[in-house]
Amino acid sequence: MSAILSYVERDSVIHKMTGTTKLFFFLFWSIAAMITYDTRVLVGMFLLGCVFFKISKLKWSEISFALIFMFTLMAINIIGIYVFAPEQGVEIYGTRHVLTELFWKYSITTEQLFYMFNFLMKYMAVIPVALLFIMTTNPSEFAASMNKIGISYRVGYAVAIALRYIPDVQRDYREISQAQQARGISLGKEEKTLDRIKNSAAILFPLVLSSIQRIETISNAMELRGFGKHKKRTWIMERPMVKRDYIGITLGAVVMIISITMMFVNGGRYFNPFI
Amino acid sequence: MKNSVYLTVYVRLYANTKNYIGGVDMNNKNQLSIKSIVAIGIGAALFFVLGRFVAIPSPVPNTTINIQYGILGVFSIIYGPVVGILTGFIGHTLIDLSWGSPWWSWIIASGVFGLIAGLAKKNINIESGNFGGKQIAAFNIFQVLGHVAAWVVVAPVLDILIYNEPVEKLFAQGAFAAVSNSISTAIVGTIILVAYAKTRTKEGSLNKEN
Repeated sequence: MSAILSYVERDSVIHKMTGTTKLFFFLFWSIAAMITYDTRVLVGMFLLGCVFFKISKLKWSEISFALIFMFTLMAINIIGIYVFAPEQGVEIYGTRHVLTELFWKYSITTEQLFYMFNFLMKYMAVIPVALLFIMTTNPSEFAASMNKIGISYRVGYAVAIALRYIPDVQRDYREISQAQQARGISLGKEEKTLDRIKNSAAILFPLVLSSIQRIETISNAMELRGFGKHKKRTWIMERPMVKRDYIGITLGAVVMIISITMMFVNGGRYFNPFI
Repeated sequence: MKNSVYLTVYVRLYANTKNYIGGVDMNNKNQLSIKSIVAIGIGAALFFVLGRFVAIPSPVPNTTINIQYGILGVFSIIYGPVVGILTGFIGHTLIDLSWGSPWWSWIIASGVFGLIAGLAKKNINIESGNFGGKQIAAFNIFQVLGHVAAWVVVAPVLDILIYNEPVEKLFAQGAFAAVSNSISTAIVGTIILVAYAKTRTKEGSLNKEN
């Protein structure tokens, strides 16, 4: 079982902010990064994100495994982009400065390198803030925060149930899979791919049945406690918003507005240094 | 006194089964029923565990087979399209967050798959214990449609809008995902649904004796 990112308790301003603030901030930030392709905005967001990360008192060693995984993914993506479309940057920026000609349709152009750099920055701009959101928000606060930003509390509750039952489902899976392995059902390399998929069904079926059982039990318990009777509900983990929360939300909104404004300033999503 | 409490509990539980049909709370129109909420939560937890921790190696190096879509298909058939869309969306968001950064275009695509697979529920009444050739065909047609819509249409289009990635790369990637996910969903989903249907009491299986 591989390591996993989760909530880390620390004493920092960012930890003290409410989940609602961080959810708003994260959403604004994601939207800002999705909209723009302006290098300056993206680099600025990345640097600002790193500053926030520093403030949160989280440690590099706590995120390094996730970053290595993400960098591998991004590297594969970028290689894929180059293999399939070596002239994507030329198409976007409208000029062509060749650095070296390689073979066939492949050559290295400044525009392509710049495009790939921007593509990378689009992820890099979000990663620090996404990590902060995951690692500084208490999962018990998720449902309350989602409800606060206007999502139905029923959906918020579904998310809370998911977070609560992940360890249980994981334990079920491990037990069932070990029992089936003892009976000779394997998912390893020695089986053919199709057999592996078929064998996985032998593990998944008991897992589905136990999950359906669980759904029955939980929904009956909720029903008996009168869940969903009222239009609103209260949350034990909900905390009042204070000054730092309003500052946080405003900051997120400002970044989003800058990202949108730059679209009009540049006359498009791209910042083009070539013209 | 005690008896009346039991009676109330019984009546409430009975009322439950009558009131919540098709995932929507009949007392409270347009609201998710309690069962759907819990199904979404547990379904998302399953989706997360299978997608995050269970790595079945595929023939292509460094890639794994996504068995979580088989389970998502099963949940969509049992609990309907609304549960399907939210299970896919929440489950996939949790997987991405646990790696550090959400990939919204693919998250939305997972939701779309759950939605389309769930549309087959109209043709399949799994609770009546009937899951024969016709229903298997319906399930597989919808799940393949769902995977094509998700990975060949929704995910690439969103990736073009958000990241302006090259079209050829996205469609090659999408086509690979659609084919491999369809195959694993066909095998895993069909086996589980057939087995699940056998655990249900068949409609009309009781005859009145003369």
